[in-house]
Amino acid sequence: MEFILLIKGLIILTIFALSLGIAAYETYFERVIAAYIQDRVGPDRAGPFGILQPLADAGKLFFKEDFIPTLADKGLFIIGPGIAMLTALMSSAVIPFGDTLLIKGQYIPVQGMDVNIGILWVFGIVSLGVYGILIGGWASNNKYSLYGAIRAASQNISYELAMGITLLSVIVVTGSLSIRTIVGLQHGIDWNIFYQPVGFLIFVTCSLAECNRTPFDLPESENELVAGYHTEYGSMKLGLYLFSEYVNMFISSAIIASLFLGAYNYPGMDFVHSFLTGKLGESFGHNLATVLGILVYILKIFFFIFVFMWVRWTLPRFKYDQLMNMAWKWMMPLSIVNLIIVAAAELSPYPLLFNYIGLAIFAFLYFGSRTVYNNKKSKL
Amino acid sequence: MQLTNRSKKTDKSDLSVLEKTYFPGVAKGMAITLKHFFSKKATIRYPEEKRYLGPVFRGHHILKRDEAGRERCTACGLCAVACPAEAISMVAAERVKGEEHLYREEKYAANYEVNMLRCIFCGLCEEACPKQAVYLRHDKFVPVFTSRDQVIYGKDQLVEDMDNRYTRDAWTKEDMQELWEKQK
Repeated sequence: MEFILLIKGLIILTIFALSLGIAAYETYFERVIAAYIQDRVGPDRAGPFGILQPLADAGKLFFKEDFIPTLADKGLFIIGPGIAMLTALMSSAVIPFGDTLLIKGQYIPVQGMDVNIGILWVFGIVSLGVYGILIGGWASNNKYSLYGAIRAASQNISYELAMGITLLSVIVVTGSLSIRTIVGLQHGIDWNIFYQPVGFLIFVTCSLAECNRTPFDLPESENELVAGYHTEYGSMKLGLYLFSEYVNMFISSAIIASLFLGAYNYPGMDFVHSFLTGKLGESFGHNLATVLGILVYILKIFFFIFVFMWVRWTLPRFKYDQLMNMAWKWMMPLSIVNLIIVAAAELSPYPLLFNYIGLAIFAFLYFGSRTVYNNKKSKL
Repeated sequence: MQLTNRSKKTDKSDLSVLEKTYFPGVAKGMAITLKHFFSKKATIRYPEEKRYLGPVFRGHHILKRDEAGRERCTACGLCAVACPAEAISMVAAERVKGEEHLYREEKYAANYEVNMLRCIFCGLCEEACPKQAVYLRHDKFVPVFTSRDQVIYGKDQLVEDMDNRYTRDAWTKEDMQELWEKQK
């Protein structure tokens, strides 16, 4: 029992360090990707290829003046970035980074903790994340900060609806709230993205909005609100806000990859597993196969992080009315339709086929009715 | 009123249903940025990599030697006269017996200084020189300085190093024009 606790602790520590480390290097990737997209070379002065750039950035932030405005609510002002960071890091606890490790005849899952309501946990924590922004914006006692905070709150609420309904359609397919079970059901290449492509698109768009990233970065739109909710922040408090955004990005990528792309599942994993256990013995082979799965998962996460950044350096920011229209008039109805189609397909004998048939019927009805409507309108 | 026909008409018709989902536009934009992601970069890692600035770039001054390694400069002072910024000063001296391997003619510059704070790198000294002695290098900048006594460049910094001779594709304007003709 002692031994298992030790291994568990090690796994949790590794996951914690991993999510912090990846988030730190996301800042570097963001700058390099931005540079490459803009035909530049990017940061390359700190260490070989600029590898030490995140350290340099953090060092710079630590040495800056830690300023608190006179009229700010001092307690809340300090708590704000802390909450943002805390909530960002908490959700990584339930993400299944890999299958199981076989140590001394016992299977230990590579996961912080396997909660049977894992996905609800993530959603609860992510919703709490708005509090960090809201408290920071409110405590700053600055109208621009408050505007930013309010925008963040209303935007997150709007997009969480569509996101939640899309999530429901995933749960309808898998019948479980545990992320490990959801991932386990996507064995091999039986990934959810093939069962609900529309849900996948909605989920990715909503997670962009949830992370307050372009094209939905209205809470910190610098040409309207100075810097949004972190206008009054400086030094490492600002650093924590920016950092929590990157941690959130990592977590959302991990969630997208686990819900729709099967996390550590990859085609041919059974073959690899039996090959490795046959060659290297039961215990070591199994562990090596698990490590391979973890690498595959991290690859998927990095792909989505890249997509997040790629989108950021491509799309301009939406106007606020466009943002709200999209959330309530497009995402919401579409996710409900998706849920109905997925649920109906799940009752049919061939879920995959009937899903696409349902989508085709919906597209036909929708575009058909729009065309009829437009023709009638132009005749009038 | 239309002054030219160069302006492009903006399409202000209503978006189609497909366009309203933003997906075609987004896909188009993402394709463009992905293309740029893999394209050749416009900037370089400067101190490590340097660009070829062409044979006519006017950089660091150099006092050329001839093939036998003798200084060409005769301290005639035409460069100093031509210099609009009055950056050049020199002291002439007479060559004595035994110095024939050092100086090409009977008179030479014992002291030749360029004040880099005054120099505007116009290249008029190069044009004025009758002995093909002073040139502005195309491959080397005058480096940054941190104190004023580093700014006045004497003969030790200016005279050509025989082990590392300075060459360029075109020495005169006429050569340059020929080069351009060839490149066309």
